[in-house]
Amino acid sequence: MRDVTKVLDVVGISKHFGDLEVLRDISFQVQKGETVCVLGPSGSGKSTLLRCINWLERPDAGQIYLSGQEIGVTAGGVVMGDRELSHIRTHIGMVFQHFALWPHLTVLQNLMEAPIQVQKRPKAEVREEALALLAKVGLSDKRDVFPAKLSGGQKQRVGIARALAMKPDLLLFDEPTSALDPELVGEVLVVMRELAREGMTMVIVTHEMGFAREAATRVLFLDHGRVVETGSPEQFFSRPETDRARQFIQRYANDAANGRR
Amino acid sequence: MIHDFGIVWSERSLLLSGLGNTTILSILSAVAALLLGFMLTPALMSKQAWLSWIVRGFVDGMRCVPFLLFAYIVYYGLPSLGLRLDNWTSGLLALTIYNAAYMAEILRGAWASQPREPIEAGVAFGFSNLSLFRRIVLPPLLLAAGPVIGNQIIQIVKDSAFLTIIALPELTHAAASIQSRHYVPFAAFITAVFLYWGLCLVIEAGVTTIDRLAAARR
Repeated sequence: MRDVTKVLDVVGISKHFGDLEVLRDISFQVQKGETVCVLGPSGSGKSTLLRCINWLERPDAGQIYLSGQEIGVTAGGVVMGDRELSHIRTHIGMVFQHFALWPHLTVLQNLMEAPIQVQKRPKAEVREEALALLAKVGLSDKRDVFPAKLSGGQKQRVGIARALAMKPDLLLFDEPTSALDPELVGEVLVVMRELAREGMTMVIVTHEMGFAREAATRVLFLDHGRVVETGSPEQFFSRPETDRARQFIQRYANDAANGRR
Repeated sequence: MIHDFGIVWSERSLLLSGLGNTTILSILSAVAALLLGFMLTPALMSKQAWLSWIVRGFVDGMRCVPFLLFAYIVYYGLPSLGLRLDNWTSGLLALTIYNAAYMAEILRGAWASQPREPIEAGVAFGFSNLSLFRRIVLPPLLLAAGPVIGNQIIQIVKDSAFLTIIALPELTHAAASIQSRHYVPFAAFITAVFLYWGLCLVIEAGVTTIDRLAAARR
């Protein structure tokens, strides 16, 4: 039996798209309550790695364990059917770069849809929790509005609340602020910082170096589909061990100095 | 002239039964064509080249055949292949198959224009197969395609008038019988026109409702 304080255990994941090797033998673990930020240049495989964790992309090799249970493959070694895979996915929340809210449902309905339809939890209880979550992300007044009427920052806060409504063991963020206007990034990071403080277990793919530095418990630096460096944000940003990481940090520092992110 | 309309009024039960039959024909074939269209759409978008080619051939073929001709083939042509259908079955079958081709094409267009991410979010949140389709994929699809589907249903209502040639007692057939019985062509046909118009107004009202729902979500 595996150690269950390890919420996520990724063992030797590889992934190809055609001839392109996107992920090469990636292994890492996430303990309960950790905030792991995955950093790296564009095309380094960060998003693919995140999408492999809940099997939105099927890895070519390696294993992924959520609280000790293997994802995607049954105990008998067979690839899981849709039903089993869907069941495991309900334990992993996901926040998308382009929000991916369901356009035909109101904000409140977006939060309640999966807990009621997939998790089959009682409607009254789900509604109460959803209202509390909307209050938490500061959007109580938007509950009956359709997503199209919201700003990007508001959409992403709904996206986060929608993921939390599933009471997931693990929360995945795929570049949650990359599609936002600069002045809207802050309101989303505030919510994410709050979650980190509360001890939500999170894996966050991001380009927000400031956020990673102050909120992450650990940083994973990817380049060309490999984990090049891993460690505390303090260690990674102040004393990077590899040239690749040094260049990467330097470029972001320059961009920040020039007023770009 | 007033007298002519009086004659049509005296035959109102015949006209109303024609209107009823037109309504039934239209509803049944619209629902069947939509369902068939839903089955054809994934095939139309299939990565299996042979499958998408066959369905694409059917859809393009149907869209190039005049409906009158197609109805002739089903009712008068199929018996030479040993398949003899009565006029109701032939009429329904012709309307359904013919319009399924249009519905498939309409749904394919709406499907292709839907963003991929909300559906992916559905998968990530544990929806699968039927529940994914019913709860996540279908509603925005219907909202997007609703107005065009409404237009196609109006087309079905109008196409059903051709079925008078296979002696199906629908509205045009009823109007034609009244005029031939009493020699009141203008009054009989103009009354039928207004009844068709009324039917289309009902469909339009439905389309407007869908449009309003869709606009609130845009």
